[in-house]
Amino acid sequence: MKCNICGKREASVHLTEVVNDSVTKLHLCEECAKSKSDEMQTHFGLADLLSGLVDFGPEVREDSFGGAVAGAKCSVCGMTYSDFQRVGRLGCGKCYETFSGNLSALLKKIHGADRHMGKSPVRSAEHAKPTKDVQMLKDELKELVRREEFEKAALVRDRIKENETKAKGQV
Amino acid sequence: MKLNDLLYKESEWLKAEGPKSNVAISTRVRVARNVAGHLYFNRANSAARAETLEMMIKAIKKSKLLKKTLLVKINDISNLDKRFLVERHLMSREHTQNSEFKALAIEESEIVSVMLNEEDHLRLQVMQSGFNVMETWRIVDEIDTELERILHFDYSDKFGYLTSCPTNTGTGMRASVMLHLPILAMTAQIENVFNAISKLGLTMRGFYGEDTEASGDFFQISNQVALGHSEMDVLDNLERIIRKIIHKEESARGELFQKRKEELIDRVHRSYGTLKNARIITSSETIKLLSAIRLGVDLGLLKDITISDVNEVLLLTQPAHLQKINGEEIAPYDRDLKRADLIRQKLVK
Ligand SMILES: [Zn+2]
Ligand SMILES: [Zn+2]
Repeated sequence: MKCNICGKREASVHLTEVVNDSVTKLHLCEECAKSKSDEMQTHFGLADLLSGLVDFGPEVREDSFGGAVAGAKCSVCGMTYSDFQRVGRLGCGKCYETFSGNLSALLKKIHGADRHMGKSPVRSAEHAKPTKDVQMLKDELKELVRREEFEKAALVRDRIKENETKAKGQV
Repeated sequence: MKLNDLLYKESEWLKAEGPKSNVAISTRVRVARNVAGHLYFNRANSAARAETLEMMIKAIKKSKLLKKTLLVKINDISNLDKRFLVERHLMSREHTQNSEFKALAIEESEIVSVMLNEEDHLRLQVMQSGFNVMETWRIVDEIDTELERILHFDYSDKFGYLTSCPTNTGTGMRASVMLHLPILAMTAQIENVFNAISKLGLTMRGFYGEDTEASGDFFQISNQVALGHSEMDVLDNLERIIRKIIHKEESARGELFQKRKEELIDRVHRSYGTLKNARIITSSETIKLLSAIRLGVDLGLLKDITISDVNEVLLLTQPAHLQKINGEEIAPYDRDLKRADLIRQKLVK
């Protein structure tokens, strides 16, 4: 299949865009795909993930993640998980509760984690959490080495060294 | 302040006064937030969209940190003005579509802008010149905290800030630095950078001209992950890696300047000569040549222009800016003529 934009190169990126309920399918070559705007790029990644999750979906439900049951509907905005898979956008804050099982799995795929570590609203009194301490970094390093992610491991090792020198400097 | 005033004002991020401006053009940090208890844009009907917009406009007016702010309703401005704001990096391309009930707040110095009713209710962005990650975040954090007191954002203890797209869930934060890496690109070392980066939770994209042809030398690097790491950790990671890339580009510049001095001088002066003499020039040729003279300024080969001049021409020669300067829409071929005129006017001193 030829690319929809340049019409010359072979299309290797296949995207389903949903704008106001009308679905357009785009088939783009690597280069034309790259030249799309920032936001579009983010969506490509997500669309790929989501299409990968279409098969993965039912499995999650059986897996008793405790979240959405097949066909569950958000009580506030009326969205179902399959609506979400089609459009790639959630409809309201309540959706996160309604589909929390499926979303946990999806968020792990996207971010490698499903638990927030950062800033929280002032009203819950706690502010941006400080950077990780040396022990946490060491645990992270071990895990990265185990997973053979050596680039990440090298960075974490640098941070441990730096934190340790800083700590010594303070004495 | 009016929208047209922006055209004749030098954006803060163009001034090349930030750290490492020889390699880093600008740093941007944005957070995505939604007002609790309100449907997200894609799911809301007109009445709900209007209501959320109203609330947010009130909050911005209340904010002490956003005192000198121009508020633009996207539906009220021309298509040209929309493209103009996108070129200035004040809003996303997505914000120009479906523009009813969308608005943009621009703080006077253009350091801060807030998109209202984009895919999330609120997208707060801060932009600084050069490589300035922590300071940029500090400003975002401060304004975000102030707005949070007025508005109450969607937040869960488990998932953090809730966003319409799950790629933003958690911190809702994306930080990016625009880099000029002509020598890494020329010596194909950029491939290594690209490969390394994708393994480190970051993404890199090229910066493109009017036609989709890559300019080759400008790259934007940003974090991909928003969940599982604190803002500080994500920013720290980004900062470390970018520092390494900048260092790599700088030492490659030095090395090449030693080894292939004549070639480099030739390339810089030819580019300068073409820009100063061309009568017809496309946007992508302009970007290519400006890249070479930006390098030339850093290497001390061109004394009568500055990095800030180059940044300015880079922005003003983009299509919507050219048309704004000319006061009307211009066909692509005529734009190439006007572009050449503008460049001569700016660079021939
Ligand atoms: Zn193509
Ligand atoms: Zn919902």
